[in-house]
Amino acid sequence: MRRAFLPAGLAILALPSFAVDFKTEVEPIFRENCYACHGEHVQQGQLRLDSRSVALAAGPSGQRLVAHRPEESSLYRRVAGLGDAPRMPMGGELSPEEIAKIRAWIEQGANWPTSSGTEDGLNQHWAFLAPRRAKPPAPGGNAANPIDGFVRARLAAEGLEPSPRASRETLARRLSLDLTGLPPTVQEVEAFVDDDGPDAYGRLVDRLLASPHFGERWGRIWLDAARYADSDGFEKDKPRQVWFYRDWVVNAFNADMPYDHFVVEQIAGDLLPGAGQDERVATGFLRNSMINEEGGTDPEQFRMEAMFDRMDAIGKAVLGLTVQCAQCHDHKYDPLTQRDYYRMFAFINGAHESMQAVYTREEQRLRHEILSQIREIEQGLRERMPDWRERMAAWEAREAGRQPEWQVLDASIKLGSGEKYEVLPDKSILAQGYAPTRSVVNPEALLQPGMVRAFRLELLMDPRLRLGGPGRSFRGTAALTEFSVEVAPASSPEKERKWRKLAVSRATADVNPEFSWLDPFLFPDKEGKRRILGDVGFAIDGFDMSAWSIDGGPGRRNQPSKAVFELAKPFTAEEPMLVKFHLSMKHGGYNSDDNQSLNLGRFRLSVTDAKGAEADPLPTQVRALVEQGEGPSRTREEVAAVFSEWRKTVGEWAEANRRIEELWARHPEGASQLTLKERDEPRMTSILQRGDFLRPTEAVQAGVPGFLHGLDAHADVPPRLAFARWLVDRRAPTTARAIVNRIWQGHFGTGIVETSEDFGRQAADPTHPDLLDWLAVELMENGWSLKHIHRLVVTSDTYRQTSRVTPTLLTADPRNRLLARASRFRVEGELVRDIALASSGLLTRAIGGPPMYPPAPEFLFLPPISYGPKRWYTATGTERYRRSLYAFRYRSVPFPVLTTFDTPTGNFSCVKRDRSNTPLQALVTLNETVFVEAARALARRTLDQGGASDAARIDFAFRSVLARRPGDGERSELRALLDDQRGRLNTGELEADLLAYGEPRDQASADASELAAWTALSRVVLNLDESITRE
Amino acid sequence: MYEVRERANGFARRWFLQQCGVGLGAVALRQLLQASDPMAPKQPHHEPTAKNVIFLFMGGGPSHLELFDHKPALAKHEGTLPPADLLEGYRAAFIDPNSTLLGPKFKFSRHGESGADLSELVPHTASIVDEIAIVKSLVTDAFNHAPAQVMMSTGTQQFGRPSMGSWTLYGLGSESRDLPGFVVFSSGQKGPSGGNANWGSGFLPSMYQGVQFRTSGDPVLYLSNPPGVDRELQRASLDSIGRLNRMRLLDVGDPEIETRINSFEMAYRMQASTPELMDLSQEPAHVLEMYGAKPGKPSFANNCILARRLVERGVRFVELFHESWDQHGDLIGGLTQNCKDTDQPSAALVKDLKQRGLLEDTLVLWGGEFGRTPMVQGGTDDGRDHHPNAFTMWMAGGGIKPGATLGRTDELGFNVVEDPVHVHDLHATLLHALGFDHTKLTYRFQGRDFRLTDVAGWVVQELLA
Repeated sequence: MRRAFLPAGLAILALPSFAVDFKTEVEPIFRENCYACHGEHVQQGQLRLDSRSVALAAGPSGQRLVAHRPEESSLYRRVAGLGDAPRMPMGGELSPEEIAKIRAWIEQGANWPTSSGTEDGLNQHWAFLAPRRAKPPAPGGNAANPIDGFVRARLAAEGLEPSPRASRETLARRLSLDLTGLPPTVQEVEAFVDDDGPDAYGRLVDRLLASPHFGERWGRIWLDAARYADSDGFEKDKPRQVWFYRDWVVNAFNADMPYDHFVVEQIAGDLLPGAGQDERVATGFLRNSMINEEGGTDPEQFRMEAMFDRMDAIGKAVLGLTVQCAQCHDHKYDPLTQRDYYRMFAFINGAHESMQAVYTREEQRLRHEILSQIREIEQGLRERMPDWRERMAAWEAREAGRQPEWQVLDASIKLGSGEKYEVLPDKSILAQGYAPTRSVVNPEALLQPGMVRAFRLELLMDPRLRLGGPGRSFRGTAALTEFSVEVAPASSPEKERKWRKLAVSRATADVNPEFSWLDPFLFPDKEGKRRILGDVGFAIDGFDMSAWSIDGGPGRRNQPSKAVFELAKPFTAEEPMLVKFHLSMKHGGYNSDDNQSLNLGRFRLSVTDAKGAEADPLPTQVRALVEQGEGPSRTREEVAAVFSEWRKTVGEWAEANRRIEELWARHPEGASQLTLKERDEPRMTSILQRGDFLRPTEAVQAGVPGFLHGLDAHADVPPRLAFARWLVDRRAPTTARAIVNRIWQGHFGTGIVETSEDFGRQAADPTHPDLLDWLAVELMENGWSLKHIHRLVVTSDTYRQTSRVTPTLLTADPRNRLLARASRFRVEGELVRDIALASSGLLTRAIGGPPMYPPAPEFLFLPPISYGPKRWYTATGTERYRRSLYAFRYRSVPFPVLTTFDTPTGNFSCVKRDRSNTPLQALVTLNETVFVEAARALARRTLDQGGASDAARIDFAFRSVLARRPGDGERSELRALLDDQRGRLNTGELEADLLAYGEPRDQASADASELAAWTALSRVVLNLDESITRE
Repeated sequence: MYEVRERANGFARRWFLQQCGVGLGAVALRQLLQASDPMAPKQPHHEPTAKNVIFLFMGGGPSHLELFDHKPALAKHEGTLPPADLLEGYRAAFIDPNSTLLGPKFKFSRHGESGADLSELVPHTASIVDEIAIVKSLVTDAFNHAPAQVMMSTGTQQFGRPSMGSWTLYGLGSESRDLPGFVVFSSGQKGPSGGNANWGSGFLPSMYQGVQFRTSGDPVLYLSNPPGVDRELQRASLDSIGRLNRMRLLDVGDPEIETRINSFEMAYRMQASTPELMDLSQEPAHVLEMYGAKPGKPSFANNCILARRLVERGVRFVELFHESWDQHGDLIGGLTQNCKDTDQPSAALVKDLKQRGLLEDTLVLWGGEFGRTPMVQGGTDDGRDHHPNAFTMWMAGGGIKPGATLGRTDELGFNVVEDPVHVHDLHATLLHALGFDHTKLTYRFQGRDFRLTDVAGWVVQELLA
C-alpha cells in the first residue's frame, strides 16, 4: 500500500481514508530510525520503541501515544517537530511520508498488535541491581592490586599509558593529606624517603591509617553528608550543642567501625539492645536538620521540614539516591513513587525531637563515682538503723493521704507573642517555637461555682523540651518571676470584663534553691541590672528582679516540679467565673536570638478548696508509691526511691543528708546533644499532596520501594531499626557503591560515578563500572571495613602515579577520568587552614571537645550582617590553632575562611563539594589573621630550626610546607625576595615589628628585622598554589 | 636575580604555548582556559532589556496597606472582624486570624501622570512614580520570615537553592574583572532573616554566590594587607608567588595553576580598586544630598550610592538588604522611621541611574518577603502580623514599563482579586528582562534540571515596556 507518488503536502490530507498497518508500515520506520537510541540496548528517555508496553505507557514527559489524537501524542509531536522539544530522530528528520504515516496510524487508533514488538520493559538500571564482583582484568598478567587491573584495562582500551610513579616526597605529602588532612613534617618526609626497608610505603600507609587524625579527616567528609553545624539555622540560628555527635563520627572512623554498624547507629542507635550514650548520640545524624524558632512558626510545619531534610540526607549520604523529588510527586526518572517516599518516611516518623544530657568519659566517671557514693551512704544509713523498714513504713503511713484533691483546670493561652502553645491530653500546656526571653503568659480557664483556697502550678517534663524540660532554657530549666491570678464573671462581655485580683498569701514548692545571682553572662540584662533567683517566695514578692528558680542543680534539674499558691482569703465563685493567671517570666536575657529564655516549658494548673494546701515535697513517682502503701510487689528501685525521700526527713541523719547534698553539688554539668527518642505512640504518616503538611491524603504504612531489595520484617524489631538494617543489607544495591565511590572521590578528586549524590537513572555513567562493583563487594566481604578500602586504593599503582599533566593527557583526557595520571586538586577549605597551621608548627593536635571560635571579624556576628547578635568568643592560646574541624559553625553566618574555600554550611546534605578558585581565596591566605600568624610562626621556626645559612633556611621553610626541596629557580626567587625585603627593612621602609609581631614593640628585639624578612618569605611559600594543592 | 625571574616567566609562557599549544591547538587551549573561567560574559537566550539588577530587599515585610495599597474600606470596617469566609484555611504567624480589622494609618494621595495612589510616607517615591511600575498583587507561599525571604531570593522555601543573583551570574557571567559580579549590602536594625541563603549559590558553583560588602572597616573580608605589609611588599610578594607558581606550572602542566595566578592578580586589583569604589567622599555634594547620604556613616542611603557605583563598574547584581519592616507593633513609628531611611535614597537611586543613562539597562526592584495583615496585632492598635496573600513591590528601569500599576486586592487588601503575580512570576519576568527564557535557564543537579522558577512562573507581559 505505498503512496509514494503523492506529493508530501497532499499525503497528509489523503491518508486517513486508508488503514495503516503497524507491522508493515510503522514498525519498519521505528526500526530504521529509532531503535538505535530507543531499542533493546539503549533506552534514552526511558523509551524503547521495540516494546509495545513501554511505548504505550506514559513517559517522563507525558503520553507518547494517544489513540486518535496525534497532536497530543508526544511521539508524533517530536517527529513532526511540533512544540519546543528537539525534533526526532536526532540529527535527521523523517520524510513527510513517514511522518504522515505515523500520524494516520495514531488517528486510526494507534493500533499496535500484541504480536508486534516485544513485551519487555525497560532495562533494569545497573545501579538498582546488586553489585557483583567481576574478575579483575590483569593486563600484562601481574597487576598486584586489582584496582590497577581495572584501570589499566580501560587505559589500554583507550590507547593510553599509565604515568610513572610520583616521587617519594610527593607521595608522602599526598598520602598524609589524603588520609589525615595534614601535611607531613620534614622529619616524616625524610624518614620515608630514607626508608630502604621492604614495603616502606605500606608501613607509611598503615601508620597514617592508624593516626587519630584519620578520623578527623574522613569524619569531616561524612559530616558534610550529615549536614553538621553548631547552630539551628533559619532566622534565629541559635547555637546548639552537637559536638558529641561530631566526636562520635571521628571516633567511629578512627576505630574503623564497620560501615553497616556506622549507618545503623546513626539511624536507630537508640533502639539497639543495650543502647548507651554513644548509640543515642549517633542518632544526632538525623537531628542535624535545621530548627526554625522564629516568632510565629508552627512547630509541626518545621518538624516536617526537618523530616524532609532527613529523608534527603539518608538518600544522599547512605543510598546515593535523590529521593527528594518524590516528596511532592512520583520521581520523574527513577521508579520511586510518592507513595514509596512516604512509606520510607513512616519508618523514621515515630520519634521525638529530643535533646539529652551527655557527659564526657571523665564526667561519666565522676558521675558514676558520685552516684555510687550516694548509694553507699544510703546503704550505711540502713545498716546502722536495723529497723529502718518499720520507721519508713510509719513515715509513709503518716504521709499518705495528706495531699488534697486537686481539680485540673482546662486552661488555654491566647496567641500573640509568637510562642505557640499546645494543649496536651492531660490538660497541660506545652510551649514551643519562638521562645521569648521576657514574657507574661496568661492562661485562662473556666472556674465552676465553688470555693477556691489554692492554685497549683505543675511543671512537667516533655521529650520535645530541651533536656526534657520542664523549662525552655538551654538546660531545660525555668524561672518564674511573678505569679498572680484574677477572676471575672464568665458571663460578662469581653470588652467590659472587670478582673479582680486574688491575693496570694503563701507559696510552697518542692524545689527551693538557695538565693543566688542570675548568671549575667548566660542571661544578660541590657541595662546591666543584677537579678536574683531563689525559692518560690520570690514568685509572689511583687518584685520583678527576683524569681523562683526551677532548677534542682546539676544531675537533678530535669525533673517535674510544682508550686502551690495559697489565697489570703478563700474565694467562692457564685457563678461560673473566668480565672486568668499571670505567669511572668522576665529572667531571660535580652537576646531572643540566642539561648537566653528561662520560660516555662510544659505546665498545668489546678485548684483546690482544701485548707493549708502545700506543694507535695515528694516526686510524683514516690507519691504514688506512698499512696499505694508498702507491698511485696515493690521493686528494689522503688524502695530506694522512697528511702531517698524519707531519709531527708530523718533528723538524726542530717549529717549524711548534708554529705549527699555536697556530692550532688559536685555532679558535672555535662553538655547536651540533639537525639531521636522513640515515641510511645507511633505517628500516622500520610502521603502529602505536593509535600504540603496541611494536605495529607492517604495514610500509609512503613515500607520499602519495590525497585530495591526487600525488607526482612520481624515483628519484634522496631520499624526504624529494621529500616536502618535494610539500608545496609548485603543486597542493598546502592549503599556500598555509594560509599566506596566517595572514598574514590576523596582520593582521585572525582568519583567513578561523578554524580556521587545520585546513582539513579540520571546518574553519570561510571567510568569503571566493574571496578566500582568490585570495590563495593570487597567492602561488604571485608566486614564493611572502610580502612580496608582506603588501604587498597592508596596502595594501588594508579594512586601512586605522578599527577603531572602532559599535553597528550590534557588532550586525551582533560578531566583525568581515566586515571592515566594521579589527580591534582586544591585541598578542601579545612585543609587549607590546617596546612598553614601544621606546616608553621602552630597546630594544636587535641582531638574532640567543644567547638572553638577562630578569629573572625566581629561585625559578622552583629546586625545588620547577622539577624541577631551572636556570641563569638575568639579563641586565644593553643585553642586558636585547633583544626578547622573544630571551628564553630553558624549556619547563617558561617566562618568565612572556610566557606570561601567551598566548605558547605550544613543547610543540607552534601556529598560532593565544589572546588572553586577565586580572588577572595587569595585574600584569605594572604591577609587573614591566622594565616599571617602562621607566616610569622613559620619564620620563627625556620630561624630556630632551619639551620644557619639562608640556603638551608629557605630549604627548611619550603619543605615544611611543600615536603619537597626547592629547585634552583625557586631557591633563587625566594632568596631574591628575602634580600629585597632585608634591604627595605634596613632602610626602615618596612616596619619590622609590625611585620614580625603584628604590633609595635617597645623594645626592638635584635632579630625583629630578620624575623620580618623571613615572615615575608614564609607568607609567599604559604600562598603558593602548591601549598594548598594535593599534588 | 632579575634575569633568573624573567627566565622563569619566559620558560613557563613558552612551555605553555609550545608544549600545550602545539599539543592542543591554540584555539582549543583558549577554550580550555575559558571553560575554566565561568565568569566570562555570556549571551542570554534573547535580546535583554536589562543587564544589571539592583534589588532593594525590604526585609521584614513592609505594610502594603500603609504604603502603596490604599484601602479606604479598611478604615470603614476598623474594629470589626473580617468576614469568616476570608479566613477559611488562613494561617497567621502571631495572631489569632479572627482579630479585628485595622484601618490604614497614613493618608494617601495621587501622584504623577500615572495618578498612582501613594502614602504620605513615601513622598520621594511619589516623585518618581512615573518611572516605576507598581505591582499591588504579589503573592507568596510562606508567612514566616526566613522561609519567605528564601522563597523570594531562591524561588523555594527550602534552603539550598541558588539565589536570583547567582542564577543571573550563572547565566550572564560578569562584566567586571576587578569586582565580584554579585554584591550584597545590609543595613537596618537586623540582619536578613534568611541569612546567607538569600545570596547563596545553592548547587551552582560557589563562585556565583553573592559577596558581602560593608561600608565601614574592610569593605570586603580580608581586603587589607596585614600589619607591616605595605603595598610594595604586597606587590613583591605577589610577583614572587606568581613566578613560583609559573615554575610549578612548567613542571606539572596543570592549567588550574594559571587560574590561581589570575585569582591572585584579581585579588590585588580588588585591593586597589575597592577602597576607591567605596569612598563616597568622591561623590559631589548634590549627589550625596539627593540620596541623603553621609560619607563614613553606614546607611541604606550610602548603600544606594554604592549600588550605582558598582553597576557603573560592571557589577551584574547588587542586593541591598534593609531588615527593619517587621511591624508587629509600633506600626506608625516604625514605618515612619523606615521610610525616612529608605524613601529618599530609593527614589534618588532611580533618578541618578536615569540621569546617567544607566536606568535603561538596570532593573531596580523594591520590596520585601510578604505583606501585612489587614487585622490588628496587639492591644494598642499599632501593629500588623505577617501576610502572604497580597503585598506590593515596585520595579523600575531595565525594560519595565514606567508608570504602570498592576494588580488589585480586595477592599480590605487581604486577597489579590486581579492580576496576581506570584513570586515565581516575578522571577520569570526578571529573567525575561535579563534575556532568559526562565524555563530554559537550568542547571542539572541530582539528575534533575533545576530552575529559579521551579516548575511554575509566567512572564508578566503587562510589566514590560
